[in-house]
Amino acid sequence: MAKISKLSPSAATKARDRVTSQKIVAMAETVAKRALSGKEPVVSIPARTRSNTIWNKRKGILQMGDAAQERQLFNLNQAKNFMQTMLHSSSVKTLIEAEKTLSLRGMFYKGLHTVAGTKEKTFADQDESDGILEDLEVSIGALREELRIFAKKAGTIVGNVTLVDSGDEIDCRHMGSGGYAIPSIVEPDVIQFKKCEAEFVLHVEKNTVWNRFNEDRFWEKHNCILTEGGGQPPRGVRRMLRRLNEELGLPVYCLLDCDPWGHYIYSVIKQGSISLAFESERLAIPDAKFLGIRSKDYKACNLSDDVQIALNDNDVKRAKEIAAYPWFQAHKGWQREIEGLLTSGFKMEVESLITKDISYVTEVYVPQRLKAKDWLD
Amino acid sequence: MSGTEAVVMESSKRKSAQDHPQIAGTKPKRSRGATADEMADRQRDISVSEFFAKNRHLLGFDNPRKALLTTVKEAVDNCLDACEEGAILPELSVIIEDLQPDRPASAKSSRYRVTVVDNGPGIVRKQVENIFGRLLYGSKFHRLKMSRGQQGIGISAAGMYGLITTGRPMVIHTKPGATKAAHHIELAMNTKTNRAEVTLDKETTDFPPKRFRSLTAGTRSLAGESGGFLDAAVYRHGTCVSIELEGRYQRGRGSVDEFLELTAIANPHARIVFVPPSRVNDDDSDTPILAKVEAGAAVVAAVTTETQGVTVFPRAVQELPPEAKEIQPHPRGIELGTLLQMLKDFEASDHGTLFNFLRERFCRVSAATAGSLCEKVGLSSRRKVSDLDPSVTEKLFDALQNAKLAPPPTDCLVPIGVRQLLAGMLKGVRAEFYAASTREPAVYRGRPFQIEAAIAFGGELPGDETARVIRFANRVPLLFQQSACSSFKAVVETSWRNYNLQQPRGSLPIGPLVIMIHVASVWVPFTSESKEAIADYDEIRKEMRLALMECGRKLGTYLNKRQQMQRQGERRDIFERYIGEVSKALHDIAGVDTKKVHDALLKQARAHTAAADQSLDVDGKVVQEQESPDEEGIVVVQSAMPPSIERPTKRTPAPATLRPAGTADVKKPRKSADRDGPSLF
Ligand SMILES: Nc1ncnc2c1ncn2[C@@H]1O[C@H](COP(=O)(O)OP(=O)(O)OP(=O)(O)O)[C@@H](O)[C@H]1O
Ligand SMILES: [Mg+2]
Repeated sequence: MAKISKLSPSAATKARDRVTSQKIVAMAETVAKRALSGKEPVVSIPARTRSNTIWNKRKGILQMGDAAQERQLFNLNQAKNFMQTMLHSSSVKTLIEAEKTLSLRGMFYKGLHTVAGTKEKTFADQDESDGILEDLEVSIGALREELRIFAKKAGTIVGNVTLVDSGDEIDCRHMGSGGYAIPSIVEPDVIQFKKCEAEFVLHVEKNTVWNRFNEDRFWEKHNCILTEGGGQPPRGVRRMLRRLNEELGLPVYCLLDCDPWGHYIYSVIKQGSISLAFESERLAIPDAKFLGIRSKDYKACNLSDDVQIALNDNDVKRAKEIAAYPWFQAHKGWQREIEGLLTSGFKMEVESLITKDISYVTEVYVPQRLKAKDWLD
Repeated sequence: MSGTEAVVMESSKRKSAQDHPQIAGTKPKRSRGATADEMADRQRDISVSEFFAKNRHLLGFDNPRKALLTTVKEAVDNCLDACEEGAILPELSVIIEDLQPDRPASAKSSRYRVTVVDNGPGIVRKQVENIFGRLLYGSKFHRLKMSRGQQGIGISAAGMYGLITTGRPMVIHTKPGATKAAHHIELAMNTKTNRAEVTLDKETTDFPPKRFRSLTAGTRSLAGESGGFLDAAVYRHGTCVSIELEGRYQRGRGSVDEFLELTAIANPHARIVFVPPSRVNDDDSDTPILAKVEAGAAVVAAVTTETQGVTVFPRAVQELPPEAKEIQPHPRGIELGTLLQMLKDFEASDHGTLFNFLRERFCRVSAATAGSLCEKVGLSSRRKVSDLDPSVTEKLFDALQNAKLAPPPTDCLVPIGVRQLLAGMLKGVRAEFYAASTREPAVYRGRPFQIEAAIAFGGELPGDETARVIRFANRVPLLFQQSACSSFKAVVETSWRNYNLQQPRGSLPIGPLVIMIHVASVWVPFTSESKEAIADYDEIRKEMRLALMECGRKLGTYLNKRQQMQRQGERRDIFERYIGEVSKALHDIAGVDTKKVHDALLKQARAHTAAADQSLDVDGKVVQEQESPDEEGIVVVQSAMPPSIERPTKRTPAPATLRPAGTADVKKPRKSADRDGPSLF
């Protein structure tokens, strides 16, 4: 049992808001000053690109480099984005003043209107809006929650841990069949860990697999925490895993599909992603472990032909790309794993273990692997 | 030079005679098969006039509408030729009177009187019968000189057609000098003999005939001003020809109106007044592309005006085009038969030496060349032409073909000129871009010729139709048989796709395009006597294609530039459209003055896209005016630029709260609605 954080939420929130607000005002003032003195209005936005992503070998995470792009108003390709950045900045300032939060979708609607005198909408769709918000985060150096924006919940937790969420105590052992939905913002000022008896975290890719484990009371039998992130885990889930790992010292085991997508999810959990490289320090779990499914399992578990899903061209391409990631490149085990995937020519889902037995995965597969310490990391 | 064309004419006559062996007046035989003797009875001379009376379609009198046009055309061509030869600035009046104004609406044709009056040198009395009463009589056939007429058929054929369809004689008034008496002659052609029969012949003081001045309200009003209409002070000498004929007056393609409009374009030194008939068949849907130029809308000095039905094509240039020099044939172009005929002619007139024959009857044969040619055929240069035997003539012919000679002189050609072509196009066609080019003179069959081309693109021209081709030969518009014309083939052969235009395989390009081609030559090779299409000589077609390519390249460059400029234009709009949002957001965040920021940003946006007002090259670099000699022969009418994208700032009123003051009266330079001030350079 590790340290439990105790932070007064309101004081922390207030201080955070003040800083964020100052950053936004400073940015707007710079733009206005430039405009009035006849200089081109620009906003500097750190580049969220692959070329500006640095692999920090020592820390084992991806980090954002120093390269920044100037977003200009008087550039044909950037004019609209510039305008959108200003609109969202203004919205964020309003949120802070009103002490409210909005979802990503809510922000899209907040900024949405017709550009004065035209039929053109300020945002074409939510994706455009989401992208601008990520830019804004890196641009003024404030995280999404600091901007008072949250994403929709897309993750579940259950197990031997008790949380306090906005003052409400949540005992994750009594969450019924649905589990507790991990909020988008899980910072210490919102969520504190009250009590934890679990010894590790098992993170599975999909809700369906998670249901299997929950129904079989796996977390009870093995004294752990069971999480799920709906595919690629959103930031809230990743942050929760990271806090469980960092603050409570729990190892994190991942049970993902045996395909390039599963490998990619693992790499994101472990080292971070390119587009959110600036968040890796808070999100990445360098010692996260990949429990399976492994390419060797087809033979090891004596699975039938029916579970094979042929790799398509795109899968092959992705697999090779992933093998070339610097953090996989230096890892012999991972090179062998991907090699095995490519030579076998097929992928396998976690659900393929159901062909053995409905509870094979919870009763045999995972316990055996844990016991044998048979994982990749 | 004589003979060649006469030979062609002879043979075509013979051929047609074979096609119609049944000659009127011979009794049909009862039994089949005729003896040589019987046939000999029927074999006899056919007069030219008889031949053409039967084959009048060869002369452009196939139907009533075309007959009316051809009549006007022949008379107008002659007037312009005569004036130019007399070094007189042409003044022309074309009057069409409807002689059956009460005919039923269903009538396919009507009787008209076509009168064309000029201020040319006039015609001496004794020539009148020959000129108007005989086919194949003229001053232009036996020479190599650029003129509109060349065959000696034109006006007498029109008179003959009138006579055949109405039985009425031609009426001629002619005054061969300012101080000389005018003659009033009426004559009819006897087609059997190809000779005129004069029915009236008297001296008169009524020139130009006063009757026409009070014909309509329009003529009366025009005649009121000095020089307005048939003013005796302007028509101090000249010729007035009236022909009555069965015809049909109908506007549109291939009409008298179109012909005169195009004539005015190609002859800006002429002033032409047109009095159309009182009744017009307006049932045609085919409207001319050369829309009537509304008062105040045209650009060039001369604006076509209309006064109560009378159209005036004013004179746009105050000086005559340079005189076209007459030349001798070039040795390279002649044929053996022609050489023989030339030798015979020379012998008859001169009894001179071979040396003199070569020097005098050809161009580009110097004394040295003549000497060496004599040497080549093994004769002394003093040898009399009469002594030559046929084998030597052939040798001489070969020697002439192989001699190293300069190409024919080119001062015999007077092109319309790039400036005038552009002025004419600007006047007649409402487009956005105009380009013209004049090729260097070239030679076909030893005869110099020169091609000019012009194109007009965009603007109000219809974008989804095939391009219109306007053709001229020696400044005469050609309105018929387009697809038989060498120029048409040249247009089809040109790859317009290279210049961003659509072009289905083997056909004219599609798009808002008018193409103009002018052939100037000492002898224009027409495909038939009606002078409607230009024969397909490779040399001519090639030059046409090159001229079109020059214009096409200019168009292509322009379209590229326009694309560049349009991008810049769009850019400015995009910047301006977001400035309002940005300044409002800045105000909301940092409390800065919305209007101040907005104005500052607007100023920057303008500065940023000032580039849109510059010409850009293909790579988007700014073209420095002085660095672009290629700009010659191009006119761009800026206001005709199509709007790039929707321009919200001015058109759609925006909610006042969202629109900072100052956006409402944004001025866009170069987007004026009128098309004043395009410049020729
Ligand atoms: N209006 C006129 N003024 C002076 N001369 C004229 C006039 N009209 C005709 N002529 C003379 O009469 C001649 C015959 O005219 P015509 O139109 O019959 O033939 P053309 O012009 O020589 O050739 P084409 O058949 O090609 O028109 C001309 O060559 C010219 O010399
Ligand atoms: Mg003529």
